[in-house]
Amino acid sequence: MEKEIICTVCPMGCHIFVEGEGDRIDRIEGFTCKRGEEYGRAEFSHPVRILTSTVKITGADQPLLPVRSEGPVPKELIPSCMEEIRNTVAKAPVGVHDVIIENICGCGVNIIASDTV
Amino acid sequence: MYETKCDVAIIGGGPAGLSAAVAAKKEGAEKVLIIERDVKLGGILQQCIHPGFGLTYFNKELTGPEYAGAFKEEAKKLSVDALLDAMVLSVDGEEKTVTCVCSEYGVTKIHAGSIVLAMGCRERTRAQIQIPGTRPAGVYTAGAAQRLINRQNIVVGKDIVILGSGDIGMIMARRMTLEGCKVHAVVEIMDYLAGLTRNKVQCLDDFGIPLKLSHTVTRIKGNERVEGVYIAEVDENKKPIPETEEFIPCDTLLLSVGLIPENEITRGAEIEISPVTNGPTVNQYMETSKEGIFACGNVVHVNDLVDNVTVESEKAGKYAAKYAKGEMPSRNRTVPSVCGNNVRYICPQTINISGEDEKISLYFRVMAPDTGVFLTASSAGKEIYRKKELRVNPGEMCHVVINAADITGDDVTISVVK
Amino acid sequence: MKADVVIIGAGAVGCGIARELSRYKLDIVVVDKNEDIGGDASKSNSAIIHTGYDASPGTLESQLVVSANVMYDKITEDLDIPFKRCGAILPAITDEQFEKLQDIKHKAFLNGVYDVEYKTGPELLEMEPNLNPEVKGGLFIPRESIIDPFILVQALAENANDNGVRFLLNSKVTDIKTADGMVKEVVTEKETIQADIVINGAALYCDEIAAMVGKADYKVVARRGQFFILDKNTSCKVNGIVLPIPTKVTKGKLMCPTIHGNMLVGPTAEDLDDKTDKSVTPEGLKSIEDDVKRLIPGVNVRDGITQYAGLRPNRVPEGLHVDTYEDLKGYINLSGVRSTGLTLSVSMGIYIADLIRELGYPMVLKEDFKEKRKGITRVKELSEEERDALVKSDPAYGRVICRCETVTEGEILEAIRRPLGARSMDAVKRRVRAGMGRCQGGFCGPKVLEILAREAQVDETKINKNNDGSYMVVGKTR
Repeated sequence: MEKEIICTVCPMGCHIFVEGEGDRIDRIEGFTCKRGEEYGRAEFSHPVRILTSTVKITGADQPLLPVRSEGPVPKELIPSCMEEIRNTVAKAPVGVHDVIIENICGCGVNIIASDTV
Repeated sequence: MYETKCDVAIIGGGPAGLSAAVAAKKEGAEKVLIIERDVKLGGILQQCIHPGFGLTYFNKELTGPEYAGAFKEEAKKLSVDALLDAMVLSVDGEEKTVTCVCSEYGVTKIHAGSIVLAMGCRERTRAQIQIPGTRPAGVYTAGAAQRLINRQNIVVGKDIVILGSGDIGMIMARRMTLEGCKVHAVVEIMDYLAGLTRNKVQCLDDFGIPLKLSHTVTRIKGNERVEGVYIAEVDENKKPIPETEEFIPCDTLLLSVGLIPENEITRGAEIEISPVTNGPTVNQYMETSKEGIFACGNVVHVNDLVDNVTVESEKAGKYAAKYAKGEMPSRNRTVPSVCGNNVRYICPQTINISGEDEKISLYFRVMAPDTGVFLTASSAGKEIYRKKELRVNPGEMCHVVINAADITGDDVTISVVK
Repeated sequence: MKADVVIIGAGAVGCGIARELSRYKLDIVVVDKNEDIGGDASKSNSAIIHTGYDASPGTLESQLVVSANVMYDKITEDLDIPFKRCGAILPAITDEQFEKLQDIKHKAFLNGVYDVEYKTGPELLEMEPNLNPEVKGGLFIPRESIIDPFILVQALAENANDNGVRFLLNSKVTDIKTADGMVKEVVTEKETIQADIVINGAALYCDEIAAMVGKADYKVVARRGQFFILDKNTSCKVNGIVLPIPTKVTKGKLMCPTIHGNMLVGPTAEDLDDKTDKSVTPEGLKSIEDDVKRLIPGVNVRDGITQYAGLRPNRVPEGLHVDTYEDLKGYINLSGVRSTGLTLSVSMGIYIADLIRELGYPMVLKEDFKEKRKGITRVKELSEEERDALVKSDPAYGRVICRCETVTEGEILEAIRRPLGARSMDAVKRRVRAGMGRCQGGFCGPKVLEILAREAQVDETKINKNNDGSYMVVGKTR
């Protein structure tokens, strides 16, 4: 399989060309830095994303608490992660980076607060 | 009427104001006061819950609230004062007085040693691009819709078309899609993307949202609520081609068609405004045409990354503190920075030659995208800087650093050359 | 429901009639299909109070406009309406136009507008430095004036309401019942009102109302007028109203300041089949720019903060008519109320009151008629000291919601809470200008929405931009 990936590590937006199958990469070119190469390899085999959203919060003077995934989550799990986020309610006070959902969708990543409320 | 004094008064508690406040404190200003119209500090970052902030400044990827939080934390540690829920009515540039109104203290006058303008920017509206058609409910600027969805828990519509491929527009495309809305298209009149490439990848491509370059909205339909929009391809003069017009049924049109510095107060203080950036002209200390009044962030020019805002705001804060203490570098002569080939504007617009050994950062935007170019600076016909750049594009800031000592001519010209 | 008088249409004319008739011991109801007072045409016009200098001499329209103009000094003071006698000029750019000036001045004289003056080109350029320097001379009409058209209607309605007039909004009239050569009932979507006198002030739809009683011997065509509103900071402004010399075909496009310091440029005049099509079109906007540039070459429509279109009711055949009928007692039909409708809203009521008296209906003056109305506090116009004191008495006046027009929460709450108060985003905007500035509600819109929902104790999804169906938002995320 051949794939053209636009690098998102920095605003340069290098076009990286990757050829391979699953975890096996036969050819990779177009990157201009080490992080770019890593990104290209990962994006080809296991694309991941930082997921950000909000959860409902009670006991605060605002209706929502902004949250994020502590690390990247597998791209294909994003819809099910959103489902879990939608069904979660946080309770104030919450500190920034407090864990709101542990191990979301069993992918080993926590959903944490992006703000202190 | 309530009156108070401070060394540095900062108008606006968003990323620019917070960074300036922290820097002013670190430079030794005793009393630093932020005047903020919201009930909380953080500005627009509070509604920017998406990641992508801090990559160059902190070398890690943060969300808007986290990025703002880091500076709020530091401001608190350094005992920066803040007057919240307060709207500045006017600034007297000569007296260095800020008049504001807030529900707690009524009309309040602040006498300052120096002032930093950090009011940010506002969104261009439908009227500024003259979209024809009716005026139903359901036409929102992307930022207003973002505030509603991320801070007020409100979704503006279900079937969305977004005009403009600016970052806010693309980020809202993803945000609304994740909340179950259908984004039918992102429509961009130019033949290139207005925002950052990574936002196209992660906000549009990931969700299969079509990006229609060289297209525009030709008409809005609907008397009460938006019923749909007509879009059409544009020719090389950006005029819609009638045969290509198609109708997209939708209930919402989001506009991400550019930002304009918020300069009502700047104008009122009779500060010189650049017709290109629509913000005050500044020198390398981020000082405006009125001595002792500084400006930073999107009120000066619309930045691409908040990290760049922080860097220039730290400069504004630092020199505002120096001004208040009477420690400004000497003013020997002033030279303008001049836009050469493929340069739309440069910030700062003027450079003070103080005689001190100094590295001067110049930020600029190109007019058109290009690849394999050199960024150059020259003075008195001599090239004083050259850097290779793989690609430049109008959506992203370029940056050069020159030595003050190299400026021998009457100006510095920045060019992007092959 | 029972009433003596039912007025159909809560536009300027309907509300003006209601206010004038409320001097008498009459039970009056005003009905309107819209959710707010303010009508349709009364909301989107050039906001000018005319002198009647160019009316057809001897007509009812001439009489009503000429007499109305002089009433404005008192009425705007009594009812707290922003108003300015800025005057108008008619500059002649071409020789052909210059030759027409005498006829125009003569016509003004026949209309009883005696204070029209000739001005030389240099004099006009001194008055309006941005005028086309080729100007050959022109006319100055000192009493042409500008007003806040929304507040005019609100003030008339609120004062009428204060004097006992009831308003039935969101109530489209579906039928008028007659019997024995008299009007009996006005049927609306919501209520049926028994009435002795029915006044049709439905403007664009007055032919449809007239048809309900078999009196539609004319037609109303929507004449669309597109306008630009320019930023207060626009580089090229005018001090007074600058009017083109009319041609046989059209009165033409003008430029004038608004009472709040913006510039207004327009309108087009396009006859439409559709009475609801308030679209702005690229061709229309372009024609405004091209035409006005002949008068004010530097006009910069790029500084537009909004463009809008209004529909003026164009009667076919033309002419302002107020008709009563031998075979239908109690029915009064107004038709052909055009762009002068805003002006004559304050004199029409006097004419109607006379008509009703002539019909033999008992008209007894109230002894306790309230002549005055106090408007919503305009915080922006207060001195720093007054403002400070106001915030200390009510902190809501210290919270600025609309930054472009500096409108506070206190003013918005007044707009919502007062009688005939605002229920929609547009209704708030027309009362206090929140959302009328250069960001067009981008910043204050979400906050106004929140305040409206909070005050009405409903969910935000129930808040409309204006009429039913114009919902602002669809739901909650969480």
